Amino acid sequence: MELTTVWFVAIATLWTGYFVLEGFDFGVGMLLRVLGRTEPERRAIVTTIGPVWDGNEVWLIVAGGATFAAFPEWYATLFSGFYLPLFAILVGLIVRGVALEYRGKRDEPEWRARMDAMIVVGSVLPALLWGVAFGNIVRGVPLDADHEYVGGFGTLLNPFALLGGLTFVAVFVTHGAIFLALRTTDDLRRRANRLASRASVVIAVLAAGFLVWAQHLRGDLASMILAGAAMVALSGGLVANELAREGWAFVGTTLAIGLAVVSLFVALFPDVMPSTLDPGSTLTIVDAASTPYTLKAMTIITAIVLPLVLLYQGWSYWVFRKRVTVAPVSVSAS
Amino acid sequence: MDGLDLARWQFAITTVYHFFFVPVTISLVAITAGLQTAWYRTGKEKYLRLTKFYGKLFLINIAMGVVTGLVQEFQFGMNWSDYSRFVGDVFGAPLALEGLLAFFLESTFIGLWIFGWDRLPKLVHLGCIWMVVLGTQLSAYFILAANSWMQNPVGFRYNAARGRAELTDLWAVLTNKVVLVTFPHTIFAAFMVGGAFVAGVALWHLVRRPGTDGDVFRSALKIGASVVLVAGVGVAISGDLQGKVMTEVQPMKMAAAEALYETEKPASFSVFTVGTLDGSKEIFSIKLPYLLSFLATGRFDGEVQGINSLQEAYEQLYGPGSYKPNIPLTYWTFRLMIGVGMASAAVALWLLWTTRRGRAPARWLVWLAAPLPLLPLVANTFGWIFTETGRQPWLVFGLLPTASGVSPGTTSGEVITSLVGFTALYGVLAVVEMRLMLRAIWSGLPEADVGVGRPRTGGSDDDESGADDEPDPLSFAY
Repeated sequence: MELTTVWFVAIATLWTGYFVLEGFDFGVGMLLRVLGRTEPERRAIVTTIGPVWDGNEVWLIVAGGATFAAFPEWYATLFSGFYLPLFAILVGLIVRGVALEYRGKRDEPEWRARMDAMIVVGSVLPALLWGVAFGNIVRGVPLDADHEYVGGFGTLLNPFALLGGLTFVAVFVTHGAIFLALRTTDDLRRRANRLASRASVVIAVLAAGFLVWAQHLRGDLASMILAGAAMVALSGGLVANELAREGWAFVGTTLAIGLAVVSLFVALFPDVMPSTLDPGSTLTIVDAASTPYTLKAMTIITAIVLPLVLLYQGWSYWVFRKRVTVAPVSVSAS
Repeated sequence: MDGLDLARWQFAITTVYHFFFVPVTISLVAITAGLQTAWYRTGKEKYLRLTKFYGKLFLINIAMGVVTGLVQEFQFGMNWSDYSRFVGDVFGAPLALEGLLAFFLESTFIGLWIFGWDRLPKLVHLGCIWMVVLGTQLSAYFILAANSWMQNPVGFRYNAARGRAELTDLWAVLTNKVVLVTFPHTIFAAFMVGGAFVAGVALWHLVRRPGTDGDVFRSALKIGASVVLVAGVGVAISGDLQGKVMTEVQPMKMAAAEALYETEKPASFSVFTVGTLDGSKEIFSIKLPYLLSFLATGRFDGEVQGINSLQEAYEQLYGPGSYKPNIPLTYWTFRLMIGVGMASAAVALWLLWTTRRGRAPARWLVWLAAPLPLLPLVANTFGWIFTETGRQPWLVFGLLPTASGVSPGTTSGEVITSLVGFTALYGVLAVVEMRLMLRAIWSGLPEADVGVGRPRTGGSDDDESGADDEPDPLSFAY
């Protein structure tokens, strides 16, 4: 395989890992005030992602850094072109991260409520806008001959991209609810299960609509098969949720998100930023790539380090595998 | 103000702000790990209590470092897309490696450390915080290697057809002589901040709460002040080496640091100058003869090149234009960095002396509790403002002017939105963070058994993992 292809796969993998992992963090964040009726419940909800959310977010940072290193033109065009959505995503992630770490540091209900609001907003906003951003990448955006984005902010708010945003939010809510059902006990667990169940039809319709439209815009046989597999996995997950088989339900949504993101990247390949103006202005992996030397050096280092990363991240999930129970009283965290 | 100025202000604000949290994180995590190691080895309760106390302050701080670091990863692409295109092949690699090697390590093991009290075996839990220490050090190294390449580009060739710099030797980038001196300088400078923070907090408690945990805070004061002194010596030695490397690779920065307009041999070090810094008029100045020659070249009679002759040489090399940085800014930030840093070391020395052999610190000393950590912190800030503005007008020295790196397609409105947005958000968060920090400091040392299992009702019958025996991990951090 060409090194440029290897790095396209690597970056697709990083984004896939990011959306699978941060997807349930976002979902849990969005459901914090919906499923958590009392402070001890909300505290249990936050605790399910407490040890892992930061590590999950690093998948995004590494995706950004790897894109910078392997495809500088892609990094430059994407983040300068999608300036305002990215700014809003960063604000959301900052607000959410601070709130997750600070909510337990004070006991007043007003403080907790404010932090909860920040967690909810900081989960909805990035989920929505990543959907919009990926919708636009797949759909294509106006790029000039220098691969410079020449559209405005409004250009990014087209129907397909907005559907992408809604789909991301909806799927992450389900993914998060199923994660909570898997990670909590008793009443909270049952309520999370029921919420995922009630939302299932809406989620399935949105996801199917988005994937079919994406295939219509830009797809080949491989991406179509992957999108179909994603829908099968999603349906399987939702059925497993109905049967209260939480582990299988979570495997289902995990596979669904993973396969759907991979399907989008397969549809994109070998382009990275299709142009809606002159097809010649489309940014491809070849235009965007770094030199073979850089790609080779990065490949060697990644091949050594990534397995270690997966090993210790996996170990941390193993350490915190026990379900989180709702503490009887809200006790001081200080 | 045009788009370039806006983009520069935006970068300056977000980066300087981010770096308020970085030195504290780097040093406080290591000091916390040291305290926990002391507890592990001696079993003394006071080390456990100090670990939890300073560990909590460390966590309040690093949360801000993590979230503001997100902006750092993406703003090159947002505001500096042509820079990203030009350098990505070289500069991207250390950035990606920082994420892969350092950030995964830091974030995962911090989670394990926070929630792993009482759940992991003691030694494994101790290992977790040391992994975080390793992560912060790796992170510092890679990002400084990236910055050092902007100061002194090595290990690359210029591809005229693609209009970009291309990596030819990654090892050369990672062993750039600038990073080899900048890394120890930055790390030692960070430890001055962390040590001063530990000492300042302990000093406040010793004076304001003389009856409460006096012995424990006395230990903390000595540990903190000693760290400041040792790190201060390290900063001085590494800074001296750095000055010599800088004179070699960026002579204009050294000349600007001294506002040295004409080449001098031997050159004297200006401690203080009143007058116009363009050299036309000098009202009053204190100069130490031979010192600049020694700082810059290692010899007391060495020649130090002046701004004017360098300007002429650069015009011949790079064509017409000004190659001078903002002289008053570089001159004063260089002096303030050194002066303020030395002042904090002096305060630390005084504290050690005045509390020797069981003496209680004088009450008025409490007024030094806050300035003590703030002095080395602003010295860090001055150092970075000096080294970054001293590189101007270059973004990558000798290769890419700053004006050529800015995003061509980004509008002023967009940059203003993010400039105002980030500044306002950061301002609010600074208040929130400071309040939490002060509360945590004010509430004092936790009891030694905090974090050990609290009674709870968990373990309903459908709880497959049996939470009855599961201690509450939240009591420590969440």
